[in-house]
Amino acid sequence: MNAVSVNGQNAAAPLIRMRGVTKIYGQGIAAFQALRGVDVDIEAGSFVAIMGPSGSGKSTMMNILGCMDTPTSGDYLFLGTHVERLTRDQRARLRRRYFGFVFQGFNLLARTSAQENVELPLLYRGEGTAARRAAAREALASVGLAGWEHHSPAELSGGQQQRVAIARAIVTHPRVLLADEPTGNLDTRRSYEIMELMRALNAERGITVLMVTHEQDMAAYAGRVVHFLDGRIDGDGAPQPPARAETV
Amino acid sequence: MWWNALLLALREIRRNLLRSFLTILGIVIGVSAVITMVTLGRGATQAVTDQISSLGSNLLMVRPGQRLGPGGGGFGAPQFKVADAEAIASQIGGVRAVAPQVNSTVTVVYGAHNWSTSATGSSADYFTISNWKIASGRIFDAAEERAGSAVCVIGATVRRELFGGTDPLGQGIRVKQFSCTVIGLLAAKGQGSMGNDQDDIVVLPLNTVQRRVTGNINVRTLLVSMNDDVDSTQVQAAITRLLRERRKLSAADDDNFNVLDTRQIAETMSGTTRVMTTLLGAVAAVSLLVGGIGIMNIMLVSVTERTREIGLRLAIGALEYEVLLQFLIEAVVLASLGGLIGVVLATAASFVLAQVMGIPYLFQPGITLLSFLFSAGIGVLFGYFPARRAARLDPIEALRHE
Ligand SMILES: Nc1ncnc2c1ncn2[C@@H]1O[C@H](COP(=O)(O)OP(=O)(O)OP(=O)(O)O)[C@@H](O)[C@H]1O
Ligand SMILES: [Mg+2]
Repeated sequence: MNAVSVNGQNAAAPLIRMRGVTKIYGQGIAAFQALRGVDVDIEAGSFVAIMGPSGSGKSTMMNILGCMDTPTSGDYLFLGTHVERLTRDQRARLRRRYFGFVFQGFNLLARTSAQENVELPLLYRGEGTAARRAAAREALASVGLAGWEHHSPAELSGGQQQRVAIARAIVTHPRVLLADEPTGNLDTRRSYEIMELMRALNAERGITVLMVTHEQDMAAYAGRVVHFLDGRIDGDGAPQPPARAETV
Repeated sequence: MWWNALLLALREIRRNLLRSFLTILGIVIGVSAVITMVTLGRGATQAVTDQISSLGSNLLMVRPGQRLGPGGGGFGAPQFKVADAEAIASQIGGVRAVAPQVNSTVTVVYGAHNWSTSATGSSADYFTISNWKIASGRIFDAAEERAGSAVCVIGATVRRELFGGTDPLGQGIRVKQFSCTVIGLLAAKGQGSMGNDQDDIVVLPLNTVQRRVTGNINVRTLLVSMNDDVDSTQVQAAITRLLRERRKLSAADDDNFNVLDTRQIAETMSGTTRVMTTLLGAVAAVSLLVGGIGIMNIMLVSVTERTREIGLRLAIGALEYEVLLQFLIEAVVLASLGGLIGVVLATAASFVLAQVMGIPYLFQPGITLLSFLFSAGIGVLFGYFPARRAARLDPIEALRHE
């Protein structure tokens, strides 16, 4: 019916398929090629960590994966749909329906309760007040924040704020959770708590998790690690055993 | 979606209560200024119109001096005599009655109460010409007029100040140095067009005032009432010709008196108030526009300040028009709120001011609705640009915004 529909998808096609994806920022002599031809398939239900040095194109990749940005060339198929052919609003509809986002800086609305923050995505789905309230409550409970509904971000610790953000990302029951350095602003203990939460969401709800991280220990939670270097994938496989395990 | 957008807007306004209030202050002032100006202006016009009927229709006022105005009334210009009034009454067609009139400020005393008021000396015709109704008692008769009897008819204000609740009829009051019997009470007329109290008056026979108050036989004003079907300009011209002759003015001399049509005065005055109303209303409308610019300014600041928030909304799937609508509705709700407060404020202010200025308060539904809708319209107009800017933000850039 519209370009967003995923009808006629190939049963064998993966959730995400990228072929020859490039991204060039700027023009002329100022042009900078952040992605230099990325081919990747990601199966539904997988937990993928993206690693690589600073400036290697990880965030650029995440933005394209999350349909926030379009590749300069190449194909990005999400559920068989060519995302690069969609308009801005069509991509927005895709995001609100299939994606949840978790950011390094949490990005919660200030002076707004945890409850209202989590309700936000539902507002754009046009759900009724009662349904919104119930769903937000449930999402907060599932990240271990039952009873914290009426606290504003300023009254919460960093770890708690990130959990509110995760509740906001999963309240719409997305297929994919995208997290760009979700533990970047957290201490080690909170980081492990957040990772446990993401692993649980992946294992219990079958949510596909795509996460950028700089830390081996966090990447160890993933089932697959994709390594970037200078805008290209230069490594793809199982994570290295966590550093913790060596000390045991 | 509309409901949600409204909800979001209200939530946002509540989140920044003080700033929201300051933002709409311009609109509040603009709307209340427009409504107050127009309401008071219309009230003033109405007061003038009322004055026409209370003065009496088809009435000419003849006074010595060159023209009406401050200091007018003509120092040095010869005064009229009763004979002038009689000449006009008998020689000019279309004239129904002529009342010679003398005014003087006097202090009236009854018992322990005293009051400074205006004593008017005239004939019995004065009451009909000036549209006075008698509330109780009677007016003076021809014999009393001729004899210059010490009788008087008092206005409602004088009655209130001197007698309070007691019946004034038949009582004696002291006017200047003589005692005078109250024979009648005038029905209240209320305030005049200049906020003057028309009921603050004591009417006596002309002879009485000339003899006992002013001490001369001069007449200050001639009140001429005309028949309904006559052309007042023709009567005016005839009176001018007659008086020039009686005052022995040569062709080279200017008139040393003037003839005024009360209806003309009233029309001129109401015309003036109308122009003033329009001017003040226009000035107020400009302030409303300035209020709109204030809203645009704050909305732009708000969009910049909330860039990350907008980025987040876009990231979680808000469509362009949803963000546009959110900010537009926020602007419209703010502006309408300002309009609403302005309407309430203006209604209260113009009610109080009308009392203070002594003009009737006439609620103006048209201008009230119009300025409210105008303020909402200003919200749309000045909210659109910031809202569009918000809707077109790039989500990635916006999320990275510090
Ligand atoms: N909007 C942009 N305009 C121009 N250049 C950009 C833009 N966004 C990113 N880049 C450049 O593209 C390259 C890749 O950036 P990207 O943000 O994807 O790196 P990253 O791998 O996420 O790095 P980090 O680990 O520091 O977050 C960088 O060199 C960056 O300077
Ligand atoms: Mg990055």
